[in-house]
Amino acid sequence: MRDVTAAPMVQVIDLTFAYGDGLPVFDRFSWSVAAGEAWALIGPSGCGKSTLLYLIAGLRQPKAGRILVDGHPVPRPRAATGLVLQDYGLLPWATVWENVALPMRLGHFYRGKGDDGPAPRPYPRQDITPGDVDAWLARLGIADQRDKYPGQLSGGQRQRAAIARSLLQQPNLLLMDEPFSSLDAVTREDLQRLTVELREETGVTTLVVTHTIEEAVFLGRRILVLGNPPNVAPRIIENPGAGLAAYRLEAGFFEKVAELRSALAAVTAGAEVR
Amino acid sequence: MRKRDLALGTVALLILWQGLSWLLRTDVLPGPWEVAQAFVRAVPRGLARHFVVSGYRVLAGIVLAMLTAVPVGLILGQSPALNRIFSPIIYITYPIPKIVLLPVILLLFGIGDTSKIFIIFLILFFQILVVVRDQAVALRPELIYSVRSLGAGRRALFRFVYAPASVPAALTALRVSIGTAVAVLFFAESFATNSGLGYYIIVDSWGRLAYADMYAGVVALSLLGLILYFVVDWLERVLAPWMFLRDA
Repeated sequence: MRDVTAAPMVQVIDLTFAYGDGLPVFDRFSWSVAAGEAWALIGPSGCGKSTLLYLIAGLRQPKAGRILVDGHPVPRPRAATGLVLQDYGLLPWATVWENVALPMRLGHFYRGKGDDGPAPRPYPRQDITPGDVDAWLARLGIADQRDKYPGQLSGGQRQRAAIARSLLQQPNLLLMDEPFSSLDAVTREDLQRLTVELREETGVTTLVVTHTIEEAVFLGRRILVLGNPPNVAPRIIENPGAGLAAYRLEAGFFEKVAELRSALAAVTAGAEVR
Repeated sequence: MRKRDLALGTVALLILWQGLSWLLRTDVLPGPWEVAQAFVRAVPRGLARHFVVSGYRVLAGIVLAMLTAVPVGLILGQSPALNRIFSPIIYITYPIPKIVLLPVILLLFGIGDTSKIFIIFLILFFQILVVVRDQAVALRPELIYSVRSLGAGRRALFRFVYAPASVPAALTALRVSIGTAVAVLFFAESFATNSGLGYYIIVDSWGRLAYADMYAGVVALSLLGLILYFVVDWLERVLAPWMFLRDA
């Protein structure tokens, strides 16, 4: 076991990023995530919160500066990073079981390309079994949907399948981009609670991008507040109460929601004046 | 299409045909019963052979077009750089009616099977290519991102995303093209050859004013198209079952 408190899982060092020749979204921005932490990323539309997630996922590359995940740069996505998107990203032509088993099938596809060396681990694990797939389907409560196609599922069930697929490869970093924003209120709260539970069970470092204040406070033990671009320095709100399902009903929760609301108002207003 | 609806449609068509035949009272339009008799008589006397020859030509053209157009469409669809180079060429050549190249093809490949197969291939190739390419281009980036994030490289994306995504597109293109393929075959067979349903209808029957035989050929050609349609239907159900599912 390594010392989880000491090792940084994500290091963003002097990051500069812009789309095309436009205004930089991040300008020499530095930020760090320790292993095992639960973060929420929040900010107004266009603030770059999803962009930051994609950069960490290795789906975009910085213009300048560096991003290290588990100590290594990410020139391409690494299988040990799980990514859950708003629109699920399930293959429409594959059943729920086949979708969740995709990391296993990718592992077989790349058999012989396994790397027993140190991280990064760009290729999927080779040791996932069909039993693991069944176990995750059961844990996410969608075992009885296994032979259905994504088109036959509700939004909540689809997102459960997407989460199961991400966790199947035992990631050490889980990135979620507005994962629950297209779900109805009850389903959303169900899945938020499930996310908290799964995080406690697996200890996976979690970064959740959200535009909902309540979701940020419920899921993020630390909250990164981004403002209108360019983002230069991180604004961080500590939220040690998060991580328990009952938190939503506590007085501390509502105080934190109010605090985050005024912080968001401040960054948005400040940018508009400029 | 349900079997009962199909049967009802057939009966309605036969009644219409019979009615029209009674109304016109001409040798040019014999009734269905007369044509059916001619059909049964003609099958052992060459019609079966012509049917097989035509079927072989159109099938060979289809298979050849699928085997080439699907991979090329996939490659163009997932590589913006290649697509930028080739899309103007495809754009310009796509609307050219390939059938006008038939004289050239006859000169190049002779009057046998090769020229017929090639003209069908040429027409289907572009139609399938364009549909498959556009389907690959239209894949949602989120789908690609999430599969890439699981550790899939270019080859795995091909295997697990682009290839399965192209199946319904290719079958749709095929369904649309079958009518064209059969029509082109008929035209290509109607001269400079001595076999095939086109030859049977135009040269062998129409040429000697054997109208009932001619309609037997028309029926055979229609059956050929219908069978191909059924095959595509069946393939869609087997290869793309998720397209036919609605709700839980």
